[in-house]
Amino acid sequence: MNSSMVIGQYVPGDSPVHHMDPRAKITIIFFFVIVVFFANSVASYGALALFALLSVGVTKIPPRFIAKGLKPVWFLIIFTFILHLVVTKEGNVLFSVLGFDVYSGALIQGVAISLRFFLLILITSLLTLTTTPIAITDAIESILHPLKRIKFPVHELALMMSISLRFIPTLMQETEKISKAQASRGVDFRTGPIKERLKAIVPLLVPLFVSAFKRAEELAMAMEARGYQGGEGRTKLRELALRKIDYMVLVLFTFVIIAVFLTRA
Amino acid sequence: MEQSFLEFQNVSFQYREDSPVVLDDVSIQVNQNEWVAVIGHNGSGKSTMAKLMNGLLFPNEGHVYVDGLKLSDENIWEIRRKVGMVFQNPDNQFVGTTVKDDVAFGLENHGIPREEMIKRIAHSLKAVGMEEYEDHEPHRLSGGQKQRVAIASVLAVAPSMIILDEATAMLDPKGRKEIMHTVNQVRQERDVSVVTITHDLNEVTLADRVIVMNKGNVWFEGTPRELFEQKGDLQSIGLDIPLVSKFAHELKELGLNVNKQPLNHEELMDELWTLHSTM
Repeated sequence: MNSSMVIGQYVPGDSPVHHMDPRAKITIIFFFVIVVFFANSVASYGALALFALLSVGVTKIPPRFIAKGLKPVWFLIIFTFILHLVVTKEGNVLFSVLGFDVYSGALIQGVAISLRFFLLILITSLLTLTTTPIAITDAIESILHPLKRIKFPVHELALMMSISLRFIPTLMQETEKISKAQASRGVDFRTGPIKERLKAIVPLLVPLFVSAFKRAEELAMAMEARGYQGGEGRTKLRELALRKIDYMVLVLFTFVIIAVFLTRA
Repeated sequence: MEQSFLEFQNVSFQYREDSPVVLDDVSIQVNQNEWVAVIGHNGSGKSTMAKLMNGLLFPNEGHVYVDGLKLSDENIWEIRRKVGMVFQNPDNQFVGTTVKDDVAFGLENHGIPREEMIKRIAHSLKAVGMEEYEDHEPHRLSGGQKQRVAIASVLAVAPSMIILDEATAMLDPKGRKEIMHTVNQVRQERDVSVVTITHDLNEVTLADRVIVMNKGNVWFEGTPRELFEQKGDLQSIGLDIPLVSKFAHELKELGLNVNKQPLNHEELMDELWTLHSTM
């Protein structure tokens, strides 16, 4: 297991987007996702696309990382595009392919929907690309804080998330160790029919679960020994603070939203 | 007069009513700033003893006093603040996602203000020589380094006593050395009692006092030097004495007059080269 193992797709960097408060980023993305569905003109799409592309440009993240994030959804984008071309029958017939008439309305619809998808994925992947998982956890805890009033276990949820994040590499190392140990006893994970390979996973999962439970028990004891008594009366080392950059981006984004609604057809 | 910090009064313990007695009428004490090593082979009750010291377990009979407080449900958190504990498995006590966060965990639990926290984290990481690893994730650290972070986490809360419950058992020899060195260092810099639980006799030589547990009873109590003088008996309860002591015993049997029971190579050397001098 190499030492550069990264959880999630975070790409370290020093851009303004990296330094933004994760809460501001989540808020912007939340509203972006909603507003994208209101866009219906060239100008409104243009405003959103400009905002998204500008954000991506500022991060200075190499395009290949972004392309990697978009990889699983390319198919979906192209599929919806073609579906719209075939199904929508509005406007004039532009040309025909293999007996199918392609209408102008269909082309516009197809492009619009695909663009919508593209922007959604682009902006949401920007969050995970520029924010560490632990910062996202902090932001979620902070955003959900008001729910404490209705007895929602916000602190516990955040702690669960951060402990899971902390143990992912540990359990991955363990999985590797167990799979090597089982392979040395003759378990074959790589060849044979699917059914056999699925069966081979059992001797991998059982010891992994046993050890995970043992870890959990020991961790709970260690936490208690270090005075953990739940969220009450705890202070926090990691602090979130909205700074000038966050307010500036929030204001800019508000203008984008206004622009979208003004330029709707 | 040395003051006792922790005291067991006739403590007995068993995990369940029908299970065997783990500790049987044990009375011991640990003084302020004293280093006590507790040894014994598996099942001798030594780890149970550690867990009784900070309220992870409660005695069935007898009483545990920590700094004048009788261990009870009400003062358990106060006691855990005074008695820090480092466990055996380096991975399963690392709560934070980075070294800094892990040291902060105990401080956060005790509601220490953030500014104070930052100071204490820097200070305690420095005490264990891990200040350069502040932002490292646990999977990028060796076992010994993780245990040093665990010690730093305990130190940050400024306890009066630190228990190391087989904290070196899962480490390689280099890691063990690191930990023993760190503990020794900390003891010289701060006022703190140390209890090390171990089954490795090589680790008791630095302690002020040794308690040997056998089958739930205190089998021996005294200085490391006194302990190593009883060679045969130790082996009879399944403990192996260090090579230096063995060597000294053999020399004695050969009729050489080794007076002082040597604890390490230097002492043995001194004994040997002054053997015939009559100063």
